[in-house]
Amino acid sequence: MMENAIAWILIFPLFGSVACAILRMGKRKICYPVAVLSMVGALWGGIETLMQVVASEEYTVSYIFGGWTLDSYPRGVGIEFHADILSILITLVVLGVGLIVALYSKLPVMEETPGKESIFYTLFLLQVTGLAGICLTGDAFNLYVLIEVAALTGYGLIAMGSKRAAAATFNYVILGTIGASLYLLGVGYIYIKTGTLNMVGIHDVIEANNLADSATMQVAFILVVVGILIKMAFFPFHAWLPNAYCNAPTVTSSLLAPLVTKVMIYVMIRMLLSVFGVDFSFELTLWTDFMPWLVVVAIVCAAVMALAQREIKRMLAYLIVAEVGYMVGGVWIYNYYGMIGSIFHVISDACMTLCLFLGAGLILRKAKTTHFDGLRGLFSKMPLTMTGFFIGGFSIIGLPPTCGFFSKWYLITGGMVSQRWEYLVVLMFSTMVMVVLFFRLIERIHLAVSESGENLGHGHGDLGLTEEQTRFDEGPLSMLIPLILAASVVLIVGIYNQDVVNLIKIFLAEFNLPKGVDY
Amino acid sequence: MFEDGTIFNELFIERLNYIIYVILLLIGLHGMIAKNNLIKKLIGMSIFQTAIILFYVSVGVKEGATIPIYLPEHDPHGSHVTNLEENSSSEESHGPVALDADLVKGYANPLPHVLMLTAIVVGVATLGLALALCQKIYQGYGTIEEDELLTKIERQEMRSNPSVAIKSMDSSKMTTVKLEKSVSKPKVSSSPSTQRPNAKLKAEAKTDSSTTKVKTSRVKSVSSKTKPMASKSTTTGSRASKSTTTGSRKSSAKPNTAASQSRTKAKPKPKAKPKASAQKTTASKLKSRTPKK
Amino acid sequence: MKKISLIPVLVVGVLLLYAADDFPEWGNPTAPASASSLSSHFISNTGVDTEVPNMVTAVLADYRGFDTMFETVVVFIAGMAVLAILKGSSGPFSKNKKYTSSIEPDLIVTNTVRLLVPVIQIFSFYVLAHGHVSPGGGFQGGVVMGASFIMIALSWDLETALVRFPLDKCFLVAALGIILYGGIGLLSMFLGGEFLDYAELANILPVSREMARYHAMLGVEIGVGLTVTAIMFALYANLSTEGKLKGGL
Repeated sequence: MMENAIAWILIFPLFGSVACAILRMGKRKICYPVAVLSMVGALWGGIETLMQVVASEEYTVSYIFGGWTLDSYPRGVGIEFHADILSILITLVVLGVGLIVALYSKLPVMEETPGKESIFYTLFLLQVTGLAGICLTGDAFNLYVLIEVAALTGYGLIAMGSKRAAAATFNYVILGTIGASLYLLGVGYIYIKTGTLNMVGIHDVIEANNLADSATMQVAFILVVVGILIKMAFFPFHAWLPNAYCNAPTVTSSLLAPLVTKVMIYVMIRMLLSVFGVDFSFELTLWTDFMPWLVVVAIVCAAVMALAQREIKRMLAYLIVAEVGYMVGGVWIYNYYGMIGSIFHVISDACMTLCLFLGAGLILRKAKTTHFDGLRGLFSKMPLTMTGFFIGGFSIIGLPPTCGFFSKWYLITGGMVSQRWEYLVVLMFSTMVMVVLFFRLIERIHLAVSESGENLGHGHGDLGLTEEQTRFDEGPLSMLIPLILAASVVLIVGIYNQDVVNLIKIFLAEFNLPKGVDY
Repeated sequence: MFEDGTIFNELFIERLNYIIYVILLLIGLHGMIAKNNLIKKLIGMSIFQTAIILFYVSVGVKEGATIPIYLPEHDPHGSHVTNLEENSSSEESHGPVALDADLVKGYANPLPHVLMLTAIVVGVATLGLALALCQKIYQGYGTIEEDELLTKIERQEMRSNPSVAIKSMDSSKMTTVKLEKSVSKPKVSSSPSTQRPNAKLKAEAKTDSSTTKVKTSRVKSVSSKTKPMASKSTTTGSRASKSTTTGSRKSSAKPNTAASQSRTKAKPKPKAKPKASAQKTTASKLKSRTPKK
Repeated sequence: MKKISLIPVLVVGVLLLYAADDFPEWGNPTAPASASSLSSHFISNTGVDTEVPNMVTAVLADYRGFDTMFETVVVFIAGMAVLAILKGSSGPFSKNKKYTSSIEPDLIVTNTVRLLVPVIQIFSFYVLAHGHVSPGGGFQGGVVMGASFIMIALSWDLETALVRFPLDKCFLVAALGIILYGGIGLLSMFLGGEFLDYAELANILPVSREMARYHAMLGVEIGVGLTVTAIMFALYANLSTEGKLKGGL
């Protein structure tokens, strides 16, 4: 049982989802506990694997399906799960977010998709399976299959939303297929030159045969990276994301928004560092020169778009696009601290986005709208929800005790050390934008003041709130507790940031990234 | 021209399979990006995926090799086993043996075939899902042409937007006209002739062979929208007022008192203009944000 | 707009052709993909490792069995997602015609199908079960089987086919297929190996470790076949009726 912990991470949600599918008839209420239990099981597997990874000598756990062990068969014959510290950290994030969202999902799923609960939970669990598998797999083609598992479940989950969702999903299908197919093509190009699909094997062959100069590998690199950039909604390819996440059901958006883009950034880091190798990715291609500039454009555009939004969910969707820009930039400034910042930001961004979307779901449920105009005076009505929501918001801005501060700190350090001033400036700019965004929200949520400054209330209390508006009226506990959990995770990751960073440093030790002057 | 060593020889004789796959891939990609009809986009997607399959399969080709299924003499359970039994050879106990390098050359590489089986299945799954989405889109909007779809979605978003609803609540003719104009604005800007958008729409409806009576009548109602009391706008008004009653119940504590009612009634008028223009700008932004056709 | 979209297309084309010049020649046996240790291991050792003559089946169901499990899951997801999208969906433009069976099913067509369907179904079993030795396997057999039900639906009407294979049963069968696949993997894990290490099944089967792989592959392929059959028919039933399961083509 223990040595197979890494397999159990996928087996639990996979069998849970099949159980949900079988429970379609009549017994829909069982689906919720099944989903929560399988997520708990998967999380157990993840924690157990983390222990194994930390305890092992080279900080890696290799698990080959089908018993095609490395001592008796060549590498790559079977499919390998290759867990090092980076992958298991991101897997834990995926599983943790999955568990919290599963806990949260009880009421919204029943209300928003009546009669389809079992279908929803089936797709939900398979989504988590796919995302966790993406993080763990050590096989380039298996990665494609798991990307498609995650993508197809994502399409289904989003399309269950409002009427508008179908059209938004269609765009997502087209762009997602282009992205995944480009990745598949890139893998084919790698295969034609290296003859293997195993990530470690590919890296070894590239090093041994000095394939870095070959045109095929250069094109493969472009195809893979562009495919992943499309999947992660990097700026010019972001068109599918805001509409898809805004029109999706609450639970879907709170599961997909924190995870999908972040997991794809993990894939990019994995491809650059472990598959193509540091020298190939950063030294021999021109990408390090122009990617930071593309990131600058991406962040500025996304931040400005976010400013223009009048609806919380849509604003958050654009913030995700901006955050993707942060992380991509942190990778491409080609620097030790930038890489730490990027990896840490993947973790902290998942936590804070989860926080924000869970809060937005509660707001939507209570106020029946997420439009800014419908939020007046909500703080006195639901203080706990709003506190949780704003902890996420403060983390996105980057205020100290939250995890967002520390990851941003490392990103800024990376920018300074590598002297990428344009990246620094754009980080500062988007931080300012986020301050404006969230303090505008805070003002609106605390006060009953309309846009023109006119007091709408009837002179009740200092803030001009009416009696009904001040009545304490929190959301249901089954939704509130996950939000508080998520908010406390944001704070805990912030407080124990040194431990997380130390783990990331262990992972990065084997890669030869420039550290710049001693900082 | 096609002698050894020339670039044409390189590209068209020795690597013809790659050229064909690139051409197919580009056709598919262009279809996915440029076509207006959603089904045509899906056809493009299929061609795109087929091109990738062709690429992989052609990687697996080996000159002089047969399909990756053991010939009878190499088959673990094939004819040689029975022969061995007849000869009562001692080799029988060893079971099947690994082929040596010469024999390996006789079989094609099985791995690309396996990979493409997976890719085909994924393609089928994506296609089925996308077709279901098309049906749902058609159910909701009555069209699978992308530009028509976008206009309709924008129009419906205008109607369901709460801030717009508050404005149209007092149902003064002025604001209604404003609203309708702001609704029809994106349509005008999308069509080249800004002079008479309605005529243009009608012409479009006529030329489109697939349009049914439902559609033309809808177009007519669009054309009559400048008049505030047209059938379409009254339905909007009633729907909007319904949603505002719920909205006002939330926003103000005592919705039934005459004072609050008069207050809400009186207020929107001066604000109507800037808000409508704000709507316009959001509409145009929506337009600009939509993916490339 | 159409002209603008040509730019990315052409960029991709130039990029791909630029790389094509660097590719090994078509059919070159010494190309890395064909000459790698991976490929030669599959060709030379499949017989030793699994005793399966069809290398494609062996690679599909055993060497890369984990991939194939998720491939089956992808098919399952497609069925589920189509159900999620179309179930109970209606809109102003959905077909609201009351279904009336005004036209009787054609006599010649139905009688031909009556003759053909059993043959097709038996053939699908053959394709599935013979996948180890000849071209075929779970996916192919499943598709042929699903086609037989679609044929019934086309020649009579969808109701007739749904009586024989109700949609609820479809998803039950599809889920059972995955359970069969994953269950074989789990069983071999409980018997002491890794997940999907079929060789461990030799502990409970009266055969050698290699033959255990051989037989487990058959079980796995049956699981794939079940899922594919059910989902292919479910996809047809849902897509042809906009999810209403009445009327149809």
